[in-house]
Amino acid sequence: MKTLRLTLAAALLALTCGAAAAQSTLRIGLAEDPDVLDPSLARTYVGRIVFAAFCDKLFDIDAKLNVVPQLALSHETSADGKTVTIKLRPGVKFQDGEPFNAEAAKFSLERHLTVAGSFRKPELAAIDHIDVVDPLTIKIALKSPFSPLIAALTDRAGMMVSPKAAKAEGDKFGLHPVCAGPYKFVERVQQDRIVFEKFQDYWDKANVHIDRVVFLPIVDATVRLANLKSGGLDLIERVLATDIKDVRADKNLKLATALELGYQGIDINVGKGDAAKGPLGQSAKVRQALELAIDRTALNQVVFNGEFVPGNQWVSPENPYYQKAFPVPKRDVAKAKALLKEAGVTAPFDIDFMVPKGAETQAVAEVVQAMAAEVGINMKIRVTEFATSLKQAEQGNYQAFMLAWSGRTDPDGNTYIFFKTGAPQNYMGYKSPEVDKLLDEARVPSDFAARKAIYEKVTKLALEDVPKIYLYHRRILIAHTAKLEGYTQMPDGLVRVVGLKLK
Amino acid sequence: MLNFLGKRLLQLIPTLFFVSVIIFSLQQLLPGDPATIMAGEDRDPEVIAQIRHQYRLDQPIPVQYVYWVKGVFSGDLGESMRIHVPVLDLIAQKLPVTIQLAAMAFIIALVIGVGAGVLSAVKKGTAWDYAANAFALWGISTPNFWLGIMLIFFFSVKLGWLPAAGYVPLSEDWRASLASTIMPAFVLGNSIAAVLMRHTRSAMLQVLESDYVRTARAKGLTERMVIVKHAMRNALTPVITLGALELGTLLSGAVLTEQIFTIPGFGKLIVDAVFNRDYAVVQGVVLVTATIYIALNLLADIAYILVNPRLRG
Repeated sequence: MKTLRLTLAAALLALTCGAAAAQSTLRIGLAEDPDVLDPSLARTYVGRIVFAAFCDKLFDIDAKLNVVPQLALSHETSADGKTVTIKLRPGVKFQDGEPFNAEAAKFSLERHLTVAGSFRKPELAAIDHIDVVDPLTIKIALKSPFSPLIAALTDRAGMMVSPKAAKAEGDKFGLHPVCAGPYKFVERVQQDRIVFEKFQDYWDKANVHIDRVVFLPIVDATVRLANLKSGGLDLIERVLATDIKDVRADKNLKLATALELGYQGIDINVGKGDAAKGPLGQSAKVRQALELAIDRTALNQVVFNGEFVPGNQWVSPENPYYQKAFPVPKRDVAKAKALLKEAGVTAPFDIDFMVPKGAETQAVAEVVQAMAAEVGINMKIRVTEFATSLKQAEQGNYQAFMLAWSGRTDPDGNTYIFFKTGAPQNYMGYKSPEVDKLLDEARVPSDFAARKAIYEKVTKLALEDVPKIYLYHRRILIAHTAKLEGYTQMPDGLVRVVGLKLK
Repeated sequence: MLNFLGKRLLQLIPTLFFVSVIIFSLQQLLPGDPATIMAGEDRDPEVIAQIRHQYRLDQPIPVQYVYWVKGVFSGDLGESMRIHVPVLDLIAQKLPVTIQLAAMAFIIALVIGVGAGVLSAVKKGTAWDYAANAFALWGISTPNFWLGIMLIFFFSVKLGWLPAAGYVPLSEDWRASLASTIMPAFVLGNSIAAVLMRHTRSAMLQVLESDYVRTARAKGLTERMVIVKHAMRNALTPVITLGALELGTLLSGAVLTEQIFTIPGFGKLIVDAVFNRDYAVVQGVVLVTATIYIALNLLADIAYILVNPRLRG
């Protein structure tokens, strides 16, 4: 038996030893296979993680969500808010050796606006035209003042592509992307791996210490973690909240976290079709009662071992735009029952509660259901496949709908498309002329305090009308080998590879 | 013979047509709008409209079908909406991976299944027999995903002998390639091995009691000669037929196994495509799979005719 085991071990070792790598390679496990690697055509969250390794943007964000320079050095908005002047970093090269300058920046932005199927077009819709002022300065003229623009330029809309490569490749650019980031594209095998190697002429090359970065999509979270533990991967994204204990207990692993920019919540149908006609859709008091029935702290404890953060607004309590005047309300069953009485509703009554399929969302829905039942609201859970649930939400075929949003750095991205009358994600059918006006106003000033004051008014109205109940904010959970040094997690969930070292 | 072949080939046309209609219409029944999914989390209405137009999703389904069939006849299966790669390229990239996996699984199934089957028949009623039967029962009743995760846990996490996921092509490094596929191939082969074992056992038992085996023994042949040269050959004929049938099971089993071990093969391609509503990829993969099945069936029929002249009529 012993010889058999030894032979087996020897045979397996012989099989594996061929795979050892000579260079330093950072292997990153992704939860999905990214979509096309063209910053204009890309749309997935997971794709953004890959872009961060090879495609620098005009601006970036820091841990406190401040806009910091990347390929641009500074920005200045004119007094009327309609012109933005951006100074570019000198001496930057694209990965094909082409220079990055004002012409190239103008080209990239115009490409985002014009290429067929561009997902960046709505993000940059405020742009009227772009002028080259001098080789390192561009001037963006806006149709109307739009302060969220700079935040958009910290993401894919701010990614710069080599004009030469983009012209040569056309709509196939995503198969051989050329940008100005720390690593350059080597190869991609669909659903298997995406390989990058160090770009020798990177503008910040002194801070790039690892030779290669390889992204490997591994869908199952358990298998992803097993790979990290076995040393097959060096870093994984989207660790399950229930695996946190396991990661912390392993001395070979480290956990990096940040609070997400988005939220998890419940949309309430207040104005879409017949389903909105029940007591929940018609009366703000009933919706307030439902909110008061929920114990967010207990929910977080029960489903997520207390690892996430309870919230009641579209940004987390840690976000600079959080309105401290409206703290997370405590559960109050008596008050909830009183509100139902005031609204003239006889409890118990049923609510059609649409919940997208998924272990975590279903668990949250069940806890909410149990809590709501205590005040006499029967949330009838209807588990629905995600794509289908969106279709039904669009048609107003629901009364309550569990829906998450990954979040944007600018508060406009967490509010406008949800609350504005007729906006694409206003599945609630919410209509408030006052909120509409405020949302438009908030797009004008670029001063933080002025904008926060406007959003305070929006928050007050939204919390009174309750078309959405915000529940909690997830932590972005990244686990990596203890051999990896210098890793910090940013709230946008991206994996930044500059400055990392592998021992 | 030629007449027969001609007939069978003619039958292929309506079969494939029928398959293509079914693929196309079933997929339309999938809930959820592909353009909405493609449009990402933002779901901007302008972007959604553009995607619908670009991929002709705004046209009636029969029109979409005609466009697709036209493409198929000119060797163009369309382009993945998600990654903008021609479907034919994707298939060419993935098919060899699954074929390697299936071949390895089949070899494992044959070695284990036939070996254990013969052993338990020859040693009928002994501990060997019971052990082999217990193994078969275990193999049939163990779910693939569980066995897969257990193997990863022991061989990758605990012992660190094998990579837990990923795939290395044979052409790149044959040792690393075998290391990356041995666990999924075992998982895939295991359940088939169990089925083969039970059939081999019953076929062997039958043959071992037949007259010619008794004659062989009476001739004074060694037991080894009797089993290997006389009994096994006859017992294996039905087993090989069964094995060929199980090749189909391998392809469908690969869907789950590839998902667990992150093997970028055919199974993973179609699962991801379904979840992303990447219609062109789903259509292309199913069409190619159906064609492979039909071709295998045709080959099997031809083989039967070659073996059994009575069918040549």
